[in-house]
Amino acid sequence: MRVGLFVPCYIDQMYPDVAVATLELLEGAGLKVEFPAAQTCCGQPMANTGCNDAARPLAARFLDLFDPFDYIVCPSGSCTSMVRNHFSDLVGNDPRLASIQSRTFELCEFLHDVHPVDFSGNRFPFRVGLHQSCHGLRELRLGGDSEQMIERPDKVRSLLAQVQGLSFVELQRVDECCGFGGTFAVNERAVSVAMGEDRVQDHLEAGAEVMVASDMSCLMHLWGLISRQGSPLAVMHVAQVLAGRSPSVSVKNSIKPKAGNVL
Amino acid sequence: MATVSEHPEKAAAYIADRSRSRWHDGALWFVRSKRDRMAHSLPEWERLRSTASQIKAHTIANLPEILQQFEANAKARGVHVHWAADAQEHNEIVLEIIRKQNATRVVKSKSMLTEECHLNPHLEVNGIEVIDTDLGERIVQMRGERPSHIVLPAIHIKKEEVGETFAKYLGTEPGASDPQYLTEAARQHLRSKFLEAEVGITGVNFAIAETGGFVVCTNEGNADLGASLPRVHIACMGIEKLIPRLVDLSVFVRLLARSATGQPITTYTSHFHGPRPGCELHIVLVDNGRSRIRDSDEFRSALGCIRCGACMNTCPVFRRSGGHSYDAVVPGPIGSVLSPAADTKQHRSLPYACSLCGSCTDVCPVKIPLHHQLLTWRQQIASQGLLPVSKTAAMRAGSMLFQHPRIYALAGALGRRALRWLPKSWIYNRANPWGLDRDLPEPPVESFRSWWQTNRQGTSVDEGMKSKEAKNGK
Repeated sequence: MRVGLFVPCYIDQMYPDVAVATLELLEGAGLKVEFPAAQTCCGQPMANTGCNDAARPLAARFLDLFDPFDYIVCPSGSCTSMVRNHFSDLVGNDPRLASIQSRTFELCEFLHDVHPVDFSGNRFPFRVGLHQSCHGLRELRLGGDSEQMIERPDKVRSLLAQVQGLSFVELQRVDECCGFGGTFAVNERAVSVAMGEDRVQDHLEAGAEVMVASDMSCLMHLWGLISRQGSPLAVMHVAQVLAGRSPSVSVKNSIKPKAGNVL
Repeated sequence: MATVSEHPEKAAAYIADRSRSRWHDGALWFVRSKRDRMAHSLPEWERLRSTASQIKAHTIANLPEILQQFEANAKARGVHVHWAADAQEHNEIVLEIIRKQNATRVVKSKSMLTEECHLNPHLEVNGIEVIDTDLGERIVQMRGERPSHIVLPAIHIKKEEVGETFAKYLGTEPGASDPQYLTEAARQHLRSKFLEAEVGITGVNFAIAETGGFVVCTNEGNADLGASLPRVHIACMGIEKLIPRLVDLSVFVRLLARSATGQPITTYTSHFHGPRPGCELHIVLVDNGRSRIRDSDEFRSALGCIRCGACMNTCPVFRRSGGHSYDAVVPGPIGSVLSPAADTKQHRSLPYACSLCGSCTDVCPVKIPLHHQLLTWRQQIASQGLLPVSKTAAMRAGSMLFQHPRIYALAGALGRRALRWLPKSWIYNRANPWGLDRDLPEPPVESFRSWWQTNRQGTSVDEGMKSKEAKNGK
């Protein structure tokens, strides 16, 4: 079984350790993982701006690069949703599309549904505030959201819940948007910052030590605010927690040597 | 023609008063939370939503036949039925009915359609006094403002400010802010207006084709007084307000108030089936762009909107930026879908006033895929050339970069190095809107692709910029 690692462009460039952690989780689960190095960006910033002409060639490249794999796994709900829910706007007539969409998974979804992994041997003795990223929640349905009256397994939370010592704090607004929203963060700076500050405040008031999310883009925005405020809150991608990183290590973006036998 | 409105600027101005923005957010979140509790109390909630969505889809698909059925049944009940192609025709029809009565005093209960058609100014320039009788609407009318929300029109105004307004217009004690005192003053004021009025105008929440009747929902009973005290009742409705059968009404009545305010049902749900003896009942059926939306494959389902306002209460952008930042009759997510349909250029910033979080889609009682429609609007705005060149050029440049992995890797390495080395003042300045309030991530020495090549393929990497630092970093 060949697994293609789909690394969002900003993770590749700014948060390589999230990709390394993802790789460690997949390899630790006994999978053969490849990183098609010609991959860049799935085209989401362009498509979300409405510039489909600019996004189309990137979607087409994605299909070329990832078609050979049995599974395509990505540590981002937002980028996974781009492939699964929005590529049809761009390359809807490509005969490979439906099959690739059915083979593309967000990391937690993959570890929960497709290739279950036991994390009960892990330890993470911290109070975690789980930031449910919108696209994972409402486009991929990685969990049930507060608007719909539908019970759904919470895939991100249930993976984290296996980890020893990890406790969740309860937020006032369990799945409120952080305000990143891609180019929204710059276009609508005032609203974006207000949303982010409120999100951080909710985590601080709940007593979180570490804010964990399945999308690093949300955390990039939230960390930017936390750092500016000087708040005592670490941020970590769920892959980093599951791969055994410690909060003090994860905030430094540089790649750490393998974290030993965490699995 | 109206000038182009820019949501980001208006939103920033509103948010600049952080305590007001937070207060507004909290007030609407309170309503959203009440809605959640109400939705939770019905095990069949999602089934109701699906049923409502299907009824509306059926209605929209068969709208001409259903409208004709409604017209025939309403006429058989002695109702005068009028058709208006657009806002101007609607306003002329209403004015004509009022003039035939030689009337000059009108009371009006809440109707987003008459807001959309700008009926009040039209009647006022023609010498008619129009008094909005919904308390929130009356408050904004006195202040010369527009409603900021379709269900809670004065949600942006604090009770102290209502006290100031009432002191000025109704002679209440200056400085008064007790809601009961102020409400009583408004009640006495409105009562005299009801008694004087010669014509009452109401909106319509649901019109039933099968019976020719219609329903108006209020919490204050003002529509009932407005429709019962004057001899003439004019009901103004968009053609999408139809539902086929009386039995369908039960679905919508259960969803409407729960979604809107978290009540199980509105305090008054009044059914009108023809004029009272010796009185007149008119219905004005208005298109005003609705047929155009019906013809579009992308936005058709937006006609199913029952104007509950749940998408506004849940929208994190609306809650913080206030309804007036949208500069549109209907603000919030549904307004950002409908407004560009009326005038794309004027409202081109609204589909971007959205983080695409999808909360509106999941809260909508008729399942309009609001955030996907907003994304579709962005595509239409871009393809119509209505995006600033700076944005389209940036997206095109990004696309070119991402189509060339080597150049992308080089640009990334240069960018990360620049972030590490450049003086702060070169990075954090006006040219970088991100950095005005947020720190940029600490740039790593090495990208993942570079790490992969070294650690998994065993080959030395040429990012063009591989430096001593990278080795030191490991």
